[in-house]
Amino acid sequence: MAAKTLEEIESHFEMFQVLNEKGEVVNEDALPDLTDDELKELMERMVYTRIWDQRAISLNRQGRLGFYAPVAGQEASMLGSQFALDKEDWILPGYRDVPQIVWHGLPLYQAFLYSRGHFHGGQIPEDVKVLMPQIIIGAQIVQTAGVALGLKRKGKENVAITYTGDGGASQGDFYEGMNFAGAYNAPAIFVVQNNQFAISVPVEQQSAAKTIAQKAVAAGIRGVRVDGMDVLAVYAATKEARENAVNGHGPTLLENDCYRYGPHTMAGDDPTRYRTSDLDDEWEKKDPLVRFRKYLENKNLWSEDKENEVVEKAKEDVKAAIKKADDTPKQKVSDLIGIMYETLPVTLKEQLEEYREKESE
Amino acid sequence: MAQMTMIQAITDAMRTELKNDENVLVFGEDVGQNGGVFRATEGLQDEFGEERVFDTPLAESGISGLAIGLGLTGFRPVMEIQFFGFLFETMDGVAGQMARMRYRSGGHYHSPITIRSPFGGGVKTPELHADNLEGLMAQSPGLKVVIPSTPYDAKGLLIAAIRDNDPVVFLEHMKLYRSFREEVPEEEYTVEIGKADVKREGKDITIVTYGAMVHTSLKAADELAEEGIEAEVIDLRTVSPVDMKTVVESVKKTNRAIVVQEAQRQAGIAANVAADISEQAILHLEAPVLRVTAPDTVYPFAAAEDVWLPGTKDIIGKTKAVMHF
Repeated sequence: MAAKTLEEIESHFEMFQVLNEKGEVVNEDALPDLTDDELKELMERMVYTRIWDQRAISLNRQGRLGFYAPVAGQEASMLGSQFALDKEDWILPGYRDVPQIVWHGLPLYQAFLYSRGHFHGGQIPEDVKVLMPQIIIGAQIVQTAGVALGLKRKGKENVAITYTGDGGASQGDFYEGMNFAGAYNAPAIFVVQNNQFAISVPVEQQSAAKTIAQKAVAAGIRGVRVDGMDVLAVYAATKEARENAVNGHGPTLLENDCYRYGPHTMAGDDPTRYRTSDLDDEWEKKDPLVRFRKYLENKNLWSEDKENEVVEKAKEDVKAAIKKADDTPKQKVSDLIGIMYETLPVTLKEQLEEYREKESE
Repeated sequence: MAQMTMIQAITDAMRTELKNDENVLVFGEDVGQNGGVFRATEGLQDEFGEERVFDTPLAESGISGLAIGLGLTGFRPVMEIQFFGFLFETMDGVAGQMARMRYRSGGHYHSPITIRSPFGGGVKTPELHADNLEGLMAQSPGLKVVIPSTPYDAKGLLIAAIRDNDPVVFLEHMKLYRSFREEVPEEEYTVEIGKADVKREGKDITIVTYGAMVHTSLKAADELAEEGIEAEVIDLRTVSPVDMKTVVESVKKTNRAIVVQEAQRQAGIAANVAADISEQAILHLEAPVLRVTAPDTVYPFAAAEDVWLPGTKDIIGKTKAVMHF
């Protein structure tokens, strides 16, 4: 009986796909209602982000960037989901989810300052509804339940969306966040970007569950397994989750199956210790840019010239953003003391004076 | 003015702020219809509705996350951790997340959260209920830690905590909830966070303490007075940040000090206060600053509480050691 129930549940989590690896529409009914300009915009963002990622890796190797978690391979999952959001929706990112918050409005130079460990990187502009990238795996997921409940109680027609990886789905906070949002019927979207490895541990070793999407069942919320290399599938699934959330139908868990081509971070991770090049090749065949490019070329919406134009723009923007980051005043200990509390306690006031004096020497 | 117990004063403070500010939300395990396991939120859900005063699923990390998210969207959360030993379940939520929100965002976001939690020994709870974890909290930059010892202070400090735009850990000693009543104004008032209070004046020695130990120290001071030793008892009321100005002024007058805490000896508030007295008033001291604390074991099993917790005898003993140094 119990085994049958489990099998029955697992059978419901077929991968949701719109475009296959050749860029052909395999699910006409699910094809999202996007204009030609929007389709081109999506592609531009993916190309731009891949170039920015390559530049970031190279800047990191030159010692000019600091902490960096590569994103190539995950562009469809990241950008397709962000594209389905409203400007007033909140994003609570994990450490790798910098592209989403940049496309939601965080200036690129601030993302670079965040990488460098400069506090101005976390000073989110007033009208941009994102949090700083979260380092503790899963902490952002419980906070998402709170933001979503807050949006609902304030009467906003907006959602809170959060991102984690396959490893994040093992954390207690993953279940607690979904369970709280479900219990309060809060407008939240939980995205697990299943890039197959939590640093080095394969997803098969994280859990006995065959899919991550099925974990939604335990929390009593919707769960969808999405081809995370297919930008149209990601967009459509996120859009539907968003509509359900704002219409009072509760939260959704999206499992976006994808792959990170690069290392976990640029701080010494070596993927050859835990992945084969065969596996890399297998996933690169599913590449989100290749497949979407084919789709757009067939519709005469994309060309090599257009691509080159975006590549050049991305390179220039990265250069300008790095320049702006370089020009940002260095941070002082007295700056850091000043952002600890709204009103400084006496003890910190004394320390502030002490450091101001030191720093004026 | 009304006669109130500490728990009534705490309820009154929440009622006052629920009335004053529609963004104040009170939530936690069993705080809704049940009114909390100690009845601290008794009647509040009926009065303010289920959208303002509500139960949460049973998960402390979830509760902290909920508070942080609600804080980001303009609410002023008053969350309860049912017993402070359960803090360990959400140490990241408190010390890793809400305490750092302002800092991590360079001042852009903040966590206007009050964490209320019963703690403290002497009421025979099961393990991980009574633990004195204020030292852990005080060592987490970004938090303020408040521990009232009287109904009057409890109401004024809790209102101040709720109005504070930074996270305040508000610890309620279980033994003091219903141990006595005192006059508490029915109207609103605040007691400043970070301000100590001289609970008894004296010229011979300063006893610095907080929480339930304020009352143990006052009792010891009465006994010492019979022997001609006039102790000044300072109730810190806030253990982070500590009001060293009041402490040092007193020590300059008495030239002697002990620090009394219910918590274990290692690290913690008493060690910090003793170090600060040495740094700021060493030339005024006639004797070393001694500490009265519990021993460095895990919080004891209930049947051993009476012998484990510091008592008047310990305070009198250390006071005499300092007096006769």
